[in-house]
Formats: sequence, C-alpha cells, structure tokens
Amino acid sequence: MSNKIETIDVNLHYGDFHALKDISLGIPENSVTALIGPSGCGKSTYLRLFNRMNDLIPETRITGKVLLDGENIYKIKANKIDALRRNVGMVFQKPNPFPKSIFENVAYGLRVNGITDKSFIEGQVEKTLHQAALWDEVKDKLKKSAFELSGGQQQRLCIARALAIEPSIILMDEPASALDPISTGKIEDLIFELKAQYTIVIVTHNMQQAGRVSDYTGFFYLGSLIEFGKTRKIFTNPSKQETENYISGRFG
Amino acid sequence: MTFPESNDRRKKIGQAVMFGLSKGISYGIVALLFLILFFIIKQGIGVISWEFLTAMPTDGMTKGGIFPAIIGTLYLVGGSMLFAFPVGVMAGIYVHEYAVSGPMKRFVNMMTNNLAGVPSIIFGLFGMALFVNQMGFGASILAGSLTLGLLALPIVIRTTEESLKSVDDTFRQASYALGGSKLYTIRKVVLPIALPNILTGLILAVGRVSGETAPILFTVAAYFLPRLPNSIMDQCMALPYHLYVISTSGTQIEASRPIAYGTAFVLVAIVLIVNILAALLRNYFGKKVKMN
Amino acid sequence: MRLRKITEPVFERLIKICGYSSGFIVLLIVIFLFKEGISFFNLSPVDEGSMLWVHNSNSVQELDAAQIKDIFDQKINNWQTVGGKDLPIRLFTLDEVGKAFTAEQLGPKFEYLPKCIDSYMDSLPGAIGFFPEKQTAGLLKSAKAVEVDKVSFSSFISDTEWFPTSRPAARMGIMPLLLGTLLVSFFAILIALPLGLAASIYLAEIADERVRKILKPVIELLAGIPSVVYGFFGLVVIVPFVQNAFNLPVGETALAGSIVLAIMALPTIITVSEDALRTTPRAMKEASLALGASKWQTIRKVIVPYAASGITAAAILGIGRAIGETMAALMVTGNSAIMPHSLLQPVRTIPATIAAELGEAPFGGLHFKALFALGCILFIITLIINLLVERVSAKRR
Ligand SMILES: Nc1ncnc2c1ncn2[C@@H]1O[C@H](COP(=O)(O)OP(=O)(O)OP(=O)(O)O)[C@@H](O)[C@H]1O
Ligand SMILES: [Mg+2]
Repeated sequence: MSNKIETIDVNLHYGDFHALKDISLGIPENSVTALIGPSGCGKSTYLRLFNRMNDLIPETRITGKVLLDGENIYKIKANKIDALRRNVGMVFQKPNPFPKSIFENVAYGLRVNGITDKSFIEGQVEKTLHQAALWDEVKDKLKKSAFELSGGQQQRLCIARALAIEPSIILMDEPASALDPISTGKIEDLIFELKAQYTIVIVTHNMQQAGRVSDYTGFFYLGSLIEFGKTRKIFTNPSKQETENYISGRFG
Repeated sequence: MTFPESNDRRKKIGQAVMFGLSKGISYGIVALLFLILFFIIKQGIGVISWEFLTAMPTDGMTKGGIFPAIIGTLYLVGGSMLFAFPVGVMAGIYVHEYAVSGPMKRFVNMMTNNLAGVPSIIFGLFGMALFVNQMGFGASILAGSLTLGLLALPIVIRTTEESLKSVDDTFRQASYALGGSKLYTIRKVVLPIALPNILTGLILAVGRVSGETAPILFTVAAYFLPRLPNSIMDQCMALPYHLYVISTSGTQIEASRPIAYGTAFVLVAIVLIVNILAALLRNYFGKKVKMN
Repeated sequence: MRLRKITEPVFERLIKICGYSSGFIVLLIVIFLFKEGISFFNLSPVDEGSMLWVHNSNSVQELDAAQIKDIFDQKINNWQTVGGKDLPIRLFTLDEVGKAFTAEQLGPKFEYLPKCIDSYMDSLPGAIGFFPEKQTAGLLKSAKAVEVDKVSFSSFISDTEWFPTSRPAARMGIMPLLLGTLLVSFFAILIALPLGLAASIYLAEIADERVRKILKPVIELLAGIPSVVYGFFGLVVIVPFVQNAFNLPVGETALAGSIVLAIMALPTIITVSEDALRTTPRAMKEASLALGASKWQTIRKVIVPYAASGITAAAILGIGRAIGETMAALMVTGNSAIMPHSLLQPVRTIPATIAAELGEAPFGGLHFKALFALGCILFIITLIINLLVERVSAKRR
C-alpha cells in the first residue's frame, strides 16, 4: 500500500518551544492511523500539519517536508491552500457545529467553495448525512438549529460537514472524547465504514479505541515519534520500552 | 469533486477588500479621535496662559480667565469623591466579599447596572428634587457634589469589585488560617493588594465626574460668578457648564469663542491626564481594571 | 482586641448598608421622579390663578388645551368647530378692556375692572377671554367659566405639540420630543453600528496583537471625552459642515445630532461587540477554515452569527447611550420641538428638553412637573433598554 501522507524530518517550533522533533513517518492510504501519547506530546500539532492549521498560530516555524500525494504542501502556492484544505477534512475534539441550521452546516463547505447548484447541494447534503449515519435522525428537522442536536449527533454532523466536500483525508482530533459510550460506539462504527474511501488519522487518548479502530499506530512522546507500526504489533509487542510503559498505563 | 477555481480567487479578493475596509474604518475612527483632540488642542493652546488659568472672567465672559470654573470643578470632584469613594468601595466589598451569590447579590448587581445606565440628566433631575428642594440645600456645592457622587458610585463599585476579584483567594485563606477575622483579612490583606486597581478606578471616576454637565445644571452650576465660593452652600462655576454656556448662550458667542476653546482644552487635558495616569498605574501594578 | 469586637460588627453593618446603596438610590430616584412626574397629570393646562370665560349664552362647556391654543392662535374661528353654535369667535383681552374704558371708569386701583369686563363681555356673545381669577371669579354675571380638560396621560402621549409656555393653555405633548429622540438615536446607531462592527471585527479577528494593544485604549479614550466637549466640537465643526454640505439655513439639525451621537456611541459598540466576537471558540473558526473557507468568509458566516446576540446587545446599549445623551444633543440638534419630518431639520430630544427648560420652569408648577414626567419616560426607556440587554446577553449563556 502506498503512503498517502509522508513527513520527512519535520520540526515545529512555537516561538522558542520545540513542539515536534524530527518526525519522519508515512501514513498509508485508505487506512486508519491512530496517534497516541501523553498530553502535550504534540499529537494535535502533528495532525494539524496536514491541513496547515498551524499556519494560523503566530510565530510558528516549520522545517522539513510534509508530502501529500507526493507533493510538499508547505511549498505550494498560497492560492492552493484552499484546495489543500478541501482535500483534508478535519473533525475536532468537541462537537463544534456552526450557528446555522443542520442543512446549512453540511452545505457550508460547498457554499464557501463556490458551489451554487441548489439541487446538487441538496443531494450532497442528503448523501453525506446518510454516510454519517445521521439522516434518519435529522431528516425532518434540517432547518432547525444544529445546536438543538445532542452532543453525539452534533459530532456526526461535524463529520458529515467534513465529508460533504469529499476530501480524501480525514483528520480527527479526539473525536469521541467528549461523548458518551453509545455515541462513541457510533463514531467508531462510522470510522470503520469510512476507511474504505478515506485515509483517516485519529488522535486518541483511549487505548481501547486506538486498538479497535486503527490499522496503524504512532506513539508520540515529548515531541518525538517514538514508535510507529501496525496497531496489533504496537499493542502486543512494542519494540520500545516507553511505548510499553505508556500502553500498559504506567505513565501518561 | 471539482470546485470552480475562480471562486478561490474571488474569495481572496473579497477578503482583501473587506479586510482593507475594516482596517480603514478602524484607523478612521482613531483618526477621528485624533482629529477631535488635535482640533481642540490646536485651537485652545494659544489661549492657555497662567493668567487664563488663574484670572476671573471679565467683560461678560469674553475676556479674562476661568479660574472660578477650575476651582468649582475641583470642589465638585473632591466633594463627589468624598461621598462616592468610601460608599462605593464598601459596596464593592459587600458585593464581592460578603454577598455570597444568591438572589441578594443578583439584586445588588442588577441595581448597580441599572444605576450605571441611568442617563446623567436623570441624576440632575433627581439631585434637584432631593438635595436642592427636599433636603433644602438649594443650588450648592453640597447638592452638586452629592449628585455627581451618585453618578460616580456605580463606577467605583464596579472597579472595586473587579479589583477584589483579581486578588487570589489563597491570600484570604492564608489569613483565615492564621486566625484573622473576615473584616481583618479584608482590611489587612485583601485591600492592600487590591488598592492600586481601586485607585485606578477612582482616577477614571474623577475623569468622568469632572466632565459631567447635566447633573450640575440645576444643582450647583452658576452662569457667572466671578468670585470663589465661600462655603459648600454656595453655588459655583464649573468647567463643563462654563463651556456649555459660553458656546451656546449669551449675546457674545463669537467674542467668547477663544475662551470656549481654552475651556475645552482644559477639559480634554484633564481627560488625557486621567487616562495616562490610569494607564501608568495599571502598567506599574500590572493588572487591568476594566471600565464600563 | 476588645475594641475590635465592638467595632467589627459596626463596620460590617456599614459595609452591608453601603452594599445596598445602589438599590436604595435607584429606589429614591424612582420615588422622587415619579412623585413629581405623576402629579403632573390631572393638573389644568391653564396657568394657575387664571380662568377662561365665555358669554353666558355660549353652549360650549369644555375645551381642551389644543382647542384653546388654536382658538387663541386664531386657527379656530367659529364656535361650531368646538361644538358650539355657528358664531364667530371673538378673542378678547385685558388690553382691550383697558382701551375701551377710561381710567376713571376702571377706577384708580382698577377696582371697577370686573364690572367693565362684565359689561363689555355682555355685548359680545362670541367672546372668549382669559383673566386673572381674583379679578373675575364670582364677579361676572354675563360670562361663565369654561371647564378646561385636565392634562391626561393620553394627551401627554398623543399630543403632537410641545409648547409649555403657551398662554392661556400650555400644550404638553411628548410626541415631537419622543420622535425627535428616537430619530436622532436610531440614525446615530445606523451610522455607528456598521462602523463599530467593522472596527470590532478588525480588533478581534484581523489586527495582530501588537496593533490591537495600541488601538484599543485609543478607542476607549473616545469614551472618556466629556459630552459637553463633543457638543462643542459638534457645534464648531459638524454643524457648519452639515449646513454647508446640504446648503441649509441652519446646521443644527437631527443629522448633526446623529453624527455626534454616533461618534459617542462608537466606543460602547466596539467594546461590547469585540468582547462578543472574542467568545467564538477557536475550534469553530478552525472548522470553517479547514473546509477551505477564507478568513473573511469565516468571519461573516460563522463568527458574526455566533456573536449575534452580543452584537445586538452592543447595538441596544448604543441606542440607550444615544437616547440618554443630554449635552451633545442639546448643543447640536437645534432644539426645535416640532414633529420631525426630516433629518435636515432641527429637532429636540427628551433629555435636551429637560436640560433646556428646567432652569426656567417655575418650581413646582405645571411646566416643572411636565419635565419630571419627561424624566419618568426617559427613565422607563432606559430601564427597558437595560432589561433588553440583560435578556439578550442572558440568551448567550
Ligand atoms: N499555540 C501554541 N503556542 C505555543 N505552544 C503551543 C501552542 N499549541 C500547543 N503548544 C504546545 O505544544 C505542545 C504540543 O501541543 P499539542 O496540542 O500538540 O499536544 P497534544 O499531544 O495534542 O496534547 P493533548 O493530548 O493534551 O491534546 C504542548 O506542550 C503545548 O503546550
Ligand atoms: Mg491535542
């Protein structure tokens, strides 16, 4: 399987703080990759490299290469960043629907990117809500505010919102950490479904979850990538002592 | 999925235009402030002289100085703070240290908010009805100071409350742990820490009070009184009222324009000094007290 | 130690009393304002100590203030208009009596004046006269006193003229003042809201921290300038500007007032809406950007809607400031208490009316009380605005 994303010797500094240290890693296409590690080790920072979200934070310096489909996304022209972000969907820790109707939340990405065909938008919204396993629950209240949904529904709506513009990569930063077990289960099922079409990178603090949903796992510690490999291998037979300590709950 | 490429360009252009517009408007507002200040300073600075600040007005207020207005404003500011400062600080202490949540605190907060939102002319009406008439002070420095004090009260309460909020709870707990009573803790531990911020609030209140006109219209202000007040039962002139009368009424508006510019200059200078002082104090003590 | 045991409770009691002071003051304001304000109603609009007389044969029993003013302004010329017979109205004044009779007939101390009035009145069936009570009451046989409608709340609210010094009957309709206030304030917000919103967006989302740290206190300084200085600035700069720009006979207009009040409302609007914009969660902004939206699209479609209630609160607060502003409005709006028809005409606001007239209104009289009634209306408006703001900002949480 080829690597969808590849980082080569990536270093990231927030001002004086060295947040990512020499990270080299390839993320295979159409798979789920979990990033684990103790709080503050740089998982989110790493994830946010792929849609250049870190650009928004002042005084951030990035060196090294981040290749997406072989192209270094930190070398592209500024006017290609929108296209990059359309290709890389993102789901956040807390459900964060926009202050709009359910329908408009899903249609948002289409509209801001210049799609005006009404029937196409309607079709796309319905299709994505089906994909996110939310359609049956919201089909009668598409015009209602998205804030009226439950937390779990909101998070699936946010997934639908990301899917609506048909990215090829989905980044998820602790997507289920604010949800109850049943909603978490639904999200995990969804990730499993989506894997066939998308390359998914998920940050999680939940070891069981990483074990359940991911094909590959990377373990981060203090800004460094300690170990990366098949999830089964990492969880049953890690090659580094730190990884074993973390997974067995001895720290972090 | 394919997206129209032209849209990305349109987004860029739209953003550039709107950002430019917002920036332009913001700097425009700042420019407007400087325009106002510059205009008044430019027109007024030529008028300012030692004599202007220390002489009585003469020739139907077209010549001479504004000494009695300056002194009157000093009296009024002093008098109002004499009332608003102790009462406001104690009220702030009550709200933050004693009224532990519950409906009472909500009520007091709501009333303070309401009081802060009452237009200044209403204070003028009220001061006239209560202090001038009911209590029989007549139009006097006493009545005017009390009226202005009421107006300043919510400002002092708010800033005191904010200042107390910024005092870390550990100080209080440390004092309690050593057996200090509540009042003792407030007096010896909390207040000294909060004091710089409270003082900043006091300075800002002084700035506000010194420029208020509507509350003193009927409670104290004298149109023309070329002498200094003898007692707190006297009327007096005041800077903001002086500016109002010489720029709007009387028969010699044109002739008294220079005096008006000079008076406006003094008022603006007070505002600038007060704000700079507050900023310095804030920077010096490193904590911010918020007004409004 | 002993002493402290005694003084502490005293101090704590004092602190508690001061804590309640703002509530107490609000209560006192309400009492004093409304005591005077309410006693305004049910007074007669005719000067105390004077009476209106008509011929005995006149069937008109009762007139209201508007009718009386129109009669004395000679806008109503026939008794038919006010429900009487078809008879021309004949105004008749003390002067006229003075001229019609010789000094001898009037008596050296005017002791025969009532008699003269009486006989003169007798010959004029269409006459109406306005005389001091002590020279007429009980003394006239040819005439009867007209009942004058008392000032009522409904006439106060609906009358379209504010003419408190009008003789014989004062007109005290709040309409022109209320509409003037609303016109000036709403137009001020119409100017200030887009500008303030743009500036708050710039400060909250666009400017970098360094620029913001400089701009913010500068804009807050705008709030510190006394309103009388704004009024003065308006008078010497904005009023002539408006006059020249629109080629008007006078520059003191509603528009000039709106411009000055807009400047004064800016810091409130900017501060409150910037705070509201800043509450937008970072993740929500990032979610929008991550979908390929531009920063501006994010601001327009996500951040501003998210802060909508805070921005509404800012607008309401701004209106409140403008409605209550006294000195600046007094100095630049031209102070003419007529029903406003355009922005380019002088108007008069409620607070400006109080400020301009209270000094001249005889203490405790009708006019004085009318101004307190205006104060009550203003107080109620600001109370409503405070409640609205509280309601709107409570919705956020
Ligand atoms: N904007 C920023 N400016 C400065 N330092 C930052 C910034 N964002 C994150 N950091 C620092 O970078 C380090 C990595 O942060 P990151 O958010 O990537 O951690 P994480 O692994 O996602 O942690 P968590 O599991 O708690 O989400 C942390 O030490 C954090 O303090
Ligand atoms: Mg994280």
